[in-house]
Amino acid sequence: MSAALRLPPQRRDPLARRRVAWSVTALVLLWPLGRLAQFHPATLFDPANAHVMGSFLRGFLPPALAPEFLQLLLAATLQTLAIATAGMALAFALAVPLAFWATRSLSVSAIGPAGGRWRGRVLRQAVRSVMVLLRSIPEIVWALMFVRALDLGAAAGVLALAVTYGGMLAKVYAEILESADARPARALLQAGSGRVAALCFGLLPLAAQELVSYTVYRWECAIRAAVVMGFVGAGGLGQLMDQSFKMLSGGEVSSIALVFLALVMLADAISLALRKVLA
Amino acid sequence: MSLRLEQVGVVHANGRRALAAVDLAVAGGERVALIGPSGAGKTTLLRVAAAALRPTEGRVALLDADPWRLGAAAMRALRSRIGFVHQAPPIPPRLRVVTAVLAGRLGQWSTARALRSWLLPSDIPGAQAALARMGLGERVFDRCDQLSGGQLQRVAVARTLYQAPALLLADEPVSSLDATTADAVLRELVDYSSAAGATFVASLHAVDLALRWFPRIVGVRDGVVMFDLPAAQVTPERLAALYAGEAVGEPEPAFGAPPRATLPFASA
Repeated sequence: MSAALRLPPQRRDPLARRRVAWSVTALVLLWPLGRLAQFHPATLFDPANAHVMGSFLRGFLPPALAPEFLQLLLAATLQTLAIATAGMALAFALAVPLAFWATRSLSVSAIGPAGGRWRGRVLRQAVRSVMVLLRSIPEIVWALMFVRALDLGAAAGVLALAVTYGGMLAKVYAEILESADARPARALLQAGSGRVAALCFGLLPLAAQELVSYTVYRWECAIRAAVVMGFVGAGGLGQLMDQSFKMLSGGEVSSIALVFLALVMLADAISLALRKVLA
Repeated sequence: MSLRLEQVGVVHANGRRALAAVDLAVAGGERVALIGPSGAGKTTLLRVAAAALRPTEGRVALLDADPWRLGAAAMRALRSRIGFVHQAPPIPPRLRVVTAVLAGRLGQWSTARALRSWLLPSDIPGAQAALARMGLGERVFDRCDQLSGGQLQRVAVARTLYQAPALLLADEPVSSLDATTADAVLRELVDYSSAAGATFVASLHAVDLALRWFPRIVGVRDGVVMFDLPAAQVTPERLAALYAGEAVGEPEPAFGAPPRATLPFASA
């Protein structure tokens, strides 16, 4: 690396200096952050701590399989799935228009007329600010607010997911669209196509797979988030787990954890199947 | 006049000058070939002629309109009448051939019609006719990634033919094709322009093709028009001067594959 910098100026890679600088900056920033986060891996292997962890984990076996508990578990699982799916559907409806307006790949003003350029930029910036606002507050905080407003239950979870995930989906959709090759869409815009048509004929065929796998992955995250929100009273598996924790019933907790595992595996299988369809 | 450039100059954002004081007037229905060494400014000139690049100096008139004074809707309407064959086919590989060709008329269709046609191709006979001219009539329902590079380029030409533009521009349209196919594709483009009365301006690195198919030749070098002559008056001496210091006839490299970035998924 230093050899590259010692070359005569005309043969030096113009990017070399910048890349070295960025790498050093990243390291300098990461070290104090690790200290600040009290990241001390050694404590995990301290024998005293291992003993505490071990006795805690032993309480989880065997998983609870009583029929009445399983019935409760099934109902809670369905409710969690429903919260995650309804939340994602609303988030999707919110994210699609936001991403469409935020992405630079469909900027008509990039090829002119130049008069619209600043207007497009202002609009994109405004949409991006909305997206930041939506996702800057964690879904659990939204859930706490909505639980106050709507009372305990699943609806609070659905709305909380819709708001936060709408912002996240929009951001990542816009970025996936920007990382796809923009030339097909630009060629269509250059031939007079509208933005929606350019999106469908030029951009989606390139980005569909990634968009779908990200969406399914987010659905998986929504299931986990729905569980966490259950702890604050938004229903589903989280609420059930909260009760089991409070009753110190480790077996029930591990049954619920097994359901999580199954749900994530399900999401994985769906993602794989959809990617195969779109390949 | 179908196309008129007056004292057009282009300086790119990085400060590099691509065109200087270019004057070019092309009448309706005329056929003009742009030749010159690579990096001469042919692509920039074509992009200015396509209303895809606003020149930093001079005036442009396309199909009797000043594109840079038009509103957004009028600009769209103008662009829909200008066809552009790109050097590398700008077609997503997962698109079906029929959809790729039908995309040629997106500028003329309403968004509703475009979406319908995206889900279920609306004008299959039209697409098939355009493809048949390119010798690809059998491949309508194949996916574009099942085609070779040369076939994909012909699909791109078929898209432009389906667009039926009044001003047909082509940037090295046949540089990725073998000699026989290149000749056949140029013949179809020339046939289209004479049947439709469309103006046809193409940049070509194969001088023999330019002389065979175009009555008027414009030599460009270093962003300047070196000569603008009937094909019969383009002498070997002029060509030697135009390409002086260049390896004549060496194909220009096409664009490389686009970068495919994958996004790190944000965790919950």
